[in-house]
Amino acid sequence: MNNLLVANSVSKSFGNFKALNEVSIAVPKGSIFGLLGPNGAGKTTLIRIINQITMPDSGQVLLDGQPLKPMNIRDIGYLPEERGLYKSMKVGEQVLYLAQLKGLSKQVARERLKYWFDKLDIGDWWNKKIQELSKGQAQKIQFIVTVIHTPKLLIFDEPFSGFDPINASLIKDEILQLRDEGATVIFSTHRMESVEEMCDHIALIHKSNKVLDGKLTDVKRQFKTNTFEVGMQSSNPEEVTRIIKEKFEVFPATFKNLNDDIKLNIKLPDETSSNDLLSFLTSKAEIHHFVEVIPSANDIFIQTVKNN
Amino acid sequence: MKMNHLPLIIKREYLNKVRNRSFVVMTFLSPIIMIALVAVVAYLSQINNDKKRSITILDETGVIAEAFENTENTTYTILSDTGYETAKELVKAKEDFGLLYIKKASDTINLVESVNFYSDESPSVSIISNLERRIEKRLSDIKLQNDGVDIEQIRASKTTINIGQETFEGEKTSKIDSYLKLAFGGAAGYLLFMFIIIYGNMIMRSVIEEKTSRIIEVIISSVKPIQLMMGKIIGTSLAGITQFLIWIILGGVLLFMVSAIFGIDLMQIQSPQQQMINQAMASSDAQNIAQDLIAGFVNLPILNLCVAFLFFFIGGYLLYSSFYAAIGAAVDNETDTQQFMMPIIMPLVLAVYVGVFTVIEDPHGTVSTIFSFIPLTSPVVMLMRIPFGVPIWEQLLSFAILVFTFVFTVWFAAKIYRVGILMYGKKPTYKELFKWLKY
Repeated sequence: MNNLLVANSVSKSFGNFKALNEVSIAVPKGSIFGLLGPNGAGKTTLIRIINQITMPDSGQVLLDGQPLKPMNIRDIGYLPEERGLYKSMKVGEQVLYLAQLKGLSKQVARERLKYWFDKLDIGDWWNKKIQELSKGQAQKIQFIVTVIHTPKLLIFDEPFSGFDPINASLIKDEILQLRDEGATVIFSTHRMESVEEMCDHIALIHKSNKVLDGKLTDVKRQFKTNTFEVGMQSSNPEEVTRIIKEKFEVFPATFKNLNDDIKLNIKLPDETSSNDLLSFLTSKAEIHHFVEVIPSANDIFIQTVKNN
Repeated sequence: MKMNHLPLIIKREYLNKVRNRSFVVMTFLSPIIMIALVAVVAYLSQINNDKKRSITILDETGVIAEAFENTENTTYTILSDTGYETAKELVKAKEDFGLLYIKKASDTINLVESVNFYSDESPSVSIISNLERRIEKRLSDIKLQNDGVDIEQIRASKTTINIGQETFEGEKTSKIDSYLKLAFGGAAGYLLFMFIIIYGNMIMRSVIEEKTSRIIEVIISSVKPIQLMMGKIIGTSLAGITQFLIWIILGGVLLFMVSAIFGIDLMQIQSPQQQMINQAMASSDAQNIAQDLIAGFVNLPILNLCVAFLFFFIGGYLLYSSFYAAIGAAVDNETDTQQFMMPIIMPLVLAVYVGVFTVIEDPHGTVSTIFSFIPLTSPVVMLMRIPFGVPIWEQLLSFAILVFTFVFTVWFAAKIYRVGILMYGKKPTYKELFKWLKY
């Protein structure tokens, strides 16, 4: 059993609006799975179905190979994009209450809460009300609420919004540590740099359909265009550029470098390898910079969404 | 692991309500304010009653004035052989309340146009009607005498009658009984009405609060919406019952203290019902009153009343509060609730009106009976009818209808709640609410 969570052709309509159309995803155990998509694509609906907040019209969600059951709520921790806590309730009481709703006993919840309060260094907040905390501080509490019952599956919807860079990296490290300790993470965000940094797998949902999924490296391989970014020096740059343009498809390139006269993106035909290009170029100019253009998650996102 | 979070939710809702500062303030301040108001009103009305007045009467006919005998609060000064102008000066000098001027008319008996009352401030209706009544009585006495009738004989012929009431089963009832029944039924129905309005709103606000603070999604990923809804309703009701009990106890203690300290007889403030009771009492022997009261209590179907109160109160309250919860879920803020409140308030108000106007007239008439079966009005109307004796089968049938409707409304409310709590932004229409039922 390699997948912790599997969704099989899940569909959901609200009236005439189809929010999800036969969406299937598989989240491998111990991975960080990026659930991407433009606003209104259907990500939140899918997450709510996984959380059993809404029921799918058709299709099935399996957790550990078993269809989701009400008792599975204790196996899932969910940090919704719209954060919220009872404003007038004290921090300690509130987290205890929410942890008990997730099935922890009061004693266990109290111990875990102490552990997290020490870890995030917020022990003196116990008797504060949420409305006395800053937004970032409340976010920390919300994070604890999400993870306190040590769920197998963590679902984070935009976990870093509202955090300053220091706290964002603190939370990022906590997420990675939880992953290392065996949790599986579904991560929904619009920040492509965090996807790049953290996700092993991604799925892209667009207009209610899944349009792309797989390992991030595989997806990138799939999207790469056999293009190389080259920086060269030559006594006669115009001539060299002309010769290259005759032979290959060429785009201007911009990157920072010391005194390179020629900066180009060169797209190779499928049968040509990077070595062929190198040997072609070495006779023409002095090569300082040679790197394959790997599409970023951002590029892939934009390209996929635009093409659909 | 335990999946039933209901007790946990109830506990949180209860504590959250009870610890709320405004709730605490309201709980302890309301009875104090109420008692203070009652005390002030009692005090003022006492002052008002104690006010002494003197009225001067100038009677040119010479036969009317003897109808005016001094009473506790009013002193009459009777003038004769003076003119109107002199009398006026005199009244002003004495600072009397006013001058009643009875002009000499050609026909003493038909004084209609020739009686006038002069004063600085315009007199109250009760003063004038009191004066009129005395003159009228005196005149009719004079007429009778003129026709050769012995007034003493007429007085002697006056009798009072008090009809004894008894059912065919031999149960004795009396007018006091009826008033008691009215009081019990009215109190029960009105209590339910107040309870629904106050705590239904509280439930609604707490649902809206969960929506606006956006915690709902966190909670709903842990518990079923219907559990959350029921937990809210029950928790808030318990808080409400706590508040009510404190009000009753505190109110009672304060009332006792106030009447002891200020020596104000609070019973003097009379509501119309009390006046009716007093009239009923006045017509029967003072000795019998106590007996009748006790008999009245005994005759009340106490057990039936208590059991029915419990069931109809809970049934009616739960029915309405599930509506309130659904409304709270459907909207984003309290100002948007108005359009949905109307259909809830209307049947409630209707129930109270039917209770007050129809049940009193005819507790077992067609209108009262029908409304005591319609589920939205039945709790209030039935509670008002029961003291007058409603057959058990009718109560059971009405309650069965109520429970059936309750199950249906909870289902309906839960549907709207489930969808509504996750909907933000737009104010839904009835059409949309209907669509939500199918999601």
